[in-house]
Amino acid sequence: MTANTLGTLAQPDAHAAPIDITGEAPAQLLAQLRKLLLIRLVEQKLADRRKAGAIGGPVHLGVGQEAVAAGVSLHLRSSDRVFGAHRSHAHLLALGSDVRRLFAEVLGRDTGLSRGMGGSMHLWDQPRGFYGSVPIVAGTVPLAVGAALAAQLQGVSDVAVAYLGDGAVEEGVVHESLNLASRMKLPVVFVVENNLFASHMHISLRQPDDGTVRFAHANCMASALVDGNDVVAVARAAGRLVADARAGGGPGFLEAVTYRWLGHVDWRDDIDVGVQRSADEVAQWRLRDPVARLEAALRSGGHWSDAQGAALRDDLQAHVDAAWEQAMADPVPPPSALMSRVYAGQGQ
Amino acid sequence: MMSMNDTTPLNYGTAILSAFEHLLGKYPEVFVIGQGLWSPWYVGNSMTALDVKFGTRRVIDTPVSESACTGAAVGAALAGMKPIVVHPRMDFMLYAMDAIVNQAAKWSHMVGGQAHPGLTVRGIINRGGEQGAQHSQALHAWFAHVPGLRVVMPATVADARDLLVASVLSPDPVVYIDDRWLYDLTDDLPPIFELDLAAQGPRVLTPGDDVTLVSAGFSTRLALQAREALASEGISAEVVDLRVLNPLKPQAVVDSVRKTGRLVAVDGGWRTCGMAAEVLACAVEGLPPGAWKAAPVRVTLPDAPAPSARALERAYYPQLHDLVAAVRGQMG
Repeated sequence: MTANTLGTLAQPDAHAAPIDITGEAPAQLLAQLRKLLLIRLVEQKLADRRKAGAIGGPVHLGVGQEAVAAGVSLHLRSSDRVFGAHRSHAHLLALGSDVRRLFAEVLGRDTGLSRGMGGSMHLWDQPRGFYGSVPIVAGTVPLAVGAALAAQLQGVSDVAVAYLGDGAVEEGVVHESLNLASRMKLPVVFVVENNLFASHMHISLRQPDDGTVRFAHANCMASALVDGNDVVAVARAAGRLVADARAGGGPGFLEAVTYRWLGHVDWRDDIDVGVQRSADEVAQWRLRDPVARLEAALRSGGHWSDAQGAALRDDLQAHVDAAWEQAMADPVPPPSALMSRVYAGQGQ
Repeated sequence: MMSMNDTTPLNYGTAILSAFEHLLGKYPEVFVIGQGLWSPWYVGNSMTALDVKFGTRRVIDTPVSESACTGAAVGAALAGMKPIVVHPRMDFMLYAMDAIVNQAAKWSHMVGGQAHPGLTVRGIINRGGEQGAQHSQALHAWFAHVPGLRVVMPATVADARDLLVASVLSPDPVVYIDDRWLYDLTDDLPPIFELDLAAQGPRVLTPGDDVTLVSAGFSTRLALQAREALASEGISAEVVDLRVLNPLKPQAVVDSVRKTGRLVAVDGGWRTCGMAAEVLACAVEGLPPGAWKAAPVRVTLPDAPAPSARALERAYYPQLHDLVAAVRGQMG
């Protein structure tokens, strides 16, 4: 497939039907549903608490985009090397990170994933394979390439993953990184979450075409273009690309088309409305919900019921609420942290 | 086989080469990446045949992509490697500022001290010869401004080798800046002794009583030459070589000026917000007004881009007579 345009994948009123789960194991789908819902509830909690003023810093939420990270992470292991960006709560949670420690980080607590030094935009959980996320757009893309180079030099079959957005591909370093990875046949998979917007700017105002997979073609790289709100489609495509990279076949490029329900930052769903994004469009995309489409498929297959859905939500909500309360009670970093973490070996 | 007392004659360039050979030979996690590494002429005699000796897998010549290659070194360092990125001209390193300043320098702090990108970025100052504004810059003060980076500027043959080894073995990101105007310096060096970079700092190269000259890199060569010229006039200058510009340990400077009462800072960078300004500030803060016999001065580049025309180059770069004149002004 060499299409450069997204076609119906970019249409809000298309692809709202239940996803195709033919041949998929129900137990795995239920585990994925649980993961999608957990990410959803965590981010909604963050939206709610940010709105209430409990969170001091910005939170970039990916509500509506959960299926991308859940699908990709299905094929990752803790020795892999995953890098994120400003909107990375899902990337981290999909690897199984602790919800309380994520909340603690967002709240600037000593128990946080980055020990309270990073907040929402600088997340770290390397023991689970999450090497880090930063808010400089495309900043971690070459880092992922380097982690893949390290894997190649170390003679291990671990892969690196670079999550980036459709805005990030407008940064020059991404093109350097794609070229370098392809030329050196590095085990890295670039995952572009194309949610059609960079902050308030629609992709049609920024690029001559809406499909970023064209940059994979330009760099002679294996690629796939999928509906990012279909967790099974994402997982299938990611599985092929990750397996190829792991086997020494070189880098891959996955473009997953999705949409964020909220504004670029924080809890509002109307903040970006006005340039190209309309309230109607947001409402239509909400119907293309990755969670609802998986649940509908499971229900029609006889694997799921409304009652089970309600019970799962109650269970996860209780978990999220308890994690939030614990994080709120956690201590802040000591004053010494200001200077002791600049260089290695300075104590805590 | 050498005994511990044996020395090897080296110049500044081959001293750097010997550091690379030591590191690549002893540490499998060390690799080198940058433009020109498979070419015999890009980096003088400082990396000759490393690709042949250690393989092109570990000595990687690259596409013309400073930003991605430096970022890749940051990522590789986070994944347990000890990369050395080589920028044969510092000017081109500006393409890599995000990887160096936003990523490498801040990583430890922003992840709570749980990970450290221990890469070394080697930037070479390569100026003169009518190369002009974009092939001549000495930007060490920029990097010294950034917390989280260690900035190393060797002035001697021994430091060219041993501080490179120390930089690569440091768990922190290091910017190591060497200068093509020093490549002909020679010395006889004992075997490599691995230093802890965090323990290194400014050093008094030659003691003196009348005036303190503070410098780094090529400027230290100039300071040592000035010291000789001044000695014939009966002026005794103490030369303090900064060696490590960040984190700066100014105590050796303060102690020296407390003794001499006079300070001339000489630097191959620009005047405004430059390294010489930092040296003066540290000394002024560290000493009471009564300690000074003369107001401290700077000898630096003028605040202009490097010219191309040879006649202007002579006026642009601080010369021995400029430094000698500055010291004479102190003695008045």
